[in-house]
Amino acid sequence: MNSIGSDELSFLLESTGWTLLLTAISFLAGGLIGGVIAILRLSRNRAVATVAILYIQVLQSVPVLMVLFLSYYGLALAGLELPPLLAASVSLGLYVSAYLAEIWRGSIEAVPYQQWEASASLALSPAQQYAYVVLPQAIRISLPPTVGFLVQLVKNTSIVSVVGFVELARAGQLLNNALFQPFRIFGAVAVIYFLICFPLSRLSRYLEKVFHAGRRH
Amino acid sequence: MPFQFQFAPVLAQWGMIFDGAILTVKLSAAAIVLGFAAAILLSAARSMGPRWLRLVVDVYVELLRNTPFLIQLFMVFFGLPELGVRLTAVQAAMLAMTLNLSAYSTEIVRAGIESIHHSQLEAGYSLALTSRQVFQHVVLVPAVAKVWPALSSQFVLMLLASSIVSFISVQELSGTAAVIESRSFRSFESYIVATAIYLALALLLKLVLFGIGRAAFPRVSGLARVQTKGESA
Amino acid sequence: MPAVAIEDVHKSFGSVEVLKGISFSVDPSQTVAIIGRSGSGKSTLLRCINGLERFQSGRIEVAGHVVNQDPKRLRELRKDVGIVFQSYNLFPHLTVGQNIMLAPRLTKGVSKAEARALAERVLAQVGLSEKYDAYPDNLSGGQQQRVAIARSLAMQPKVMLFDEVTSALDPELTGEVLVVMERLAREGMTMLLVTHEMGFARSVAQVTVFMHQGRIWEYGPSRELFSAPRTDELRSFIKSDVK
Repeated sequence: MNSIGSDELSFLLESTGWTLLLTAISFLAGGLIGGVIAILRLSRNRAVATVAILYIQVLQSVPVLMVLFLSYYGLALAGLELPPLLAASVSLGLYVSAYLAEIWRGSIEAVPYQQWEASASLALSPAQQYAYVVLPQAIRISLPPTVGFLVQLVKNTSIVSVVGFVELARAGQLLNNALFQPFRIFGAVAVIYFLICFPLSRLSRYLEKVFHAGRRH
Repeated sequence: MPFQFQFAPVLAQWGMIFDGAILTVKLSAAAIVLGFAAAILLSAARSMGPRWLRLVVDVYVELLRNTPFLIQLFMVFFGLPELGVRLTAVQAAMLAMTLNLSAYSTEIVRAGIESIHHSQLEAGYSLALTSRQVFQHVVLVPAVAKVWPALSSQFVLMLLASSIVSFISVQELSGTAAVIESRSFRSFESYIVATAIYLALALLLKLVLFGIGRAAFPRVSGLARVQTKGESA
Repeated sequence: MPAVAIEDVHKSFGSVEVLKGISFSVDPSQTVAIIGRSGSGKSTLLRCINGLERFQSGRIEVAGHVVNQDPKRLRELRKDVGIVFQSYNLFPHLTVGQNIMLAPRLTKGVSKAEARALAERVLAQVGLSEKYDAYPDNLSGGQQQRVAIARSLAMQPKVMLFDEVTSALDPELTGEVLVVMERLAREGMTMLLVTHEMGFARSVAQVTVFMHQGRIWEYGPSRELFSAPRTDELRSFIKSDVK
């Protein structure tokens, strides 16, 4: 029985790189889609808003694993055989878009209505109100939950092996199948995830404090 | 090329699907009840116990909240046997789900506890209540009432996260869908059916939890709701 | 044997000394008002009496209990010393009746039936019998404060402390609270009140203490104190309060 050496560790670290890459791509893709959904959600048009609400509610009420499978096999049915990284990114991107849409929608709505009144009274157009007054404040409000959600995303990358993508969790499984040292291997994997997620969680908490300190009357 | 969905082969296995769904419900229900109970105990230990105990609880919570549920599952199922504890897949799933949910719930309850204004505590102490009595009657009940929406979200997330236990071949809903898929080769249909059932179960759970919230905490409208959104495992 | 005996109490918050040697006493059934500007230390002094604040030196004895930080002794003290806060601090998740019954049941082992009778009695005392099953957020500020008084009364205290209990109320609601307090005083309750209500202090409190910068600046029968203040500080304080 081999023990864990630098080869194994570098395999894990290399896979960590894939985890981070996947996180970044799905976050960006999901963020773009989520932004659009958020705007649709806030639309005055009842039908449009309802579609957005349904999109968000459904994606938030089904397991990420199912989103992975459905988008993978859905794409296959459409004739698209995406490479694992892209397949995983698209699927996670959908999941991300629903959650970010909801977070950002909430952030925009959290900007006090007085800000809208004040900027309207200064004769700003709606677009100007958004660009110069509301969005800057909404972005600040959205930082803590968005960073917090990033932590969730990192953790959720652990299940994308079902679409054939090898990231950190899958690397751990493969190593364990070879070496049969689950405690040490999954322990190491857990430590790596922790080292990524814990600072992000802390950051989110810090941002929350800073934000609230600024808002207190 | 027109899509041709064939649901028949999938739905023909409705017995298996039903069993899978039942197992999902059982696992989730048990994890919710035990996880929530554990969270109350951990919160009490954290609030009233000595400093070292608070540290232990905090470390426990941070460890479980900053690592993926899948890895925790693997640690329990594959790792514990190294320590001499051999669990079946279902037992390991149960344990991992409970531990994970207990950590998230503790964090949520803690937020609720910290939102209780200290003047409430002063009032309780000034009425000659002990620390334990203040915690139980003045802090805990209003705290849980305030965070019940966040707790409910977390419970629903655990229901959805239960799908991950299929990774250790537990025949709950996802595991069953995978088996049906491999037999019938109707991948999309299998998972659509499973997804629809998850959707229905999630909705049902939300309603049940909402009802429990109304029944147990009838006066929450008078209390500010603490807006801590639940997080996925 | 005074109901409250305060001897040379010093208290600091960090490096700032807020009580610089306070000494006075309150006789049984006496009502004493403590007045002064914010920052004079009056609320801090009150909170030292029931142990919510620690003091560094001096001695306080109230209702036969010596004030120290021993939790068991503090609890015994708090069964005999009631306090009403500026922000009422009612328990929002309990009805008025439940708010009142909670402490007697938990700390004195009172049975459910007895507690209910007790609650109804004190609620009648403050004129809110019909609100037994209401929740605090359905009541006005004045009503909530009266419930808070009833909640303390249910513990059958020997001494009652009032910490600016009308300061957070709209002017038209203070009257109903002051009426209750006046009745309590007349019925012989030993009361120590920190208050901004000069008129009330003058007419209901036998003795008034004027605090300034952490010391007792003037002390004596209320009528004398208000009609013939001896120091400039009290004079300007009274003038600034003319309504």
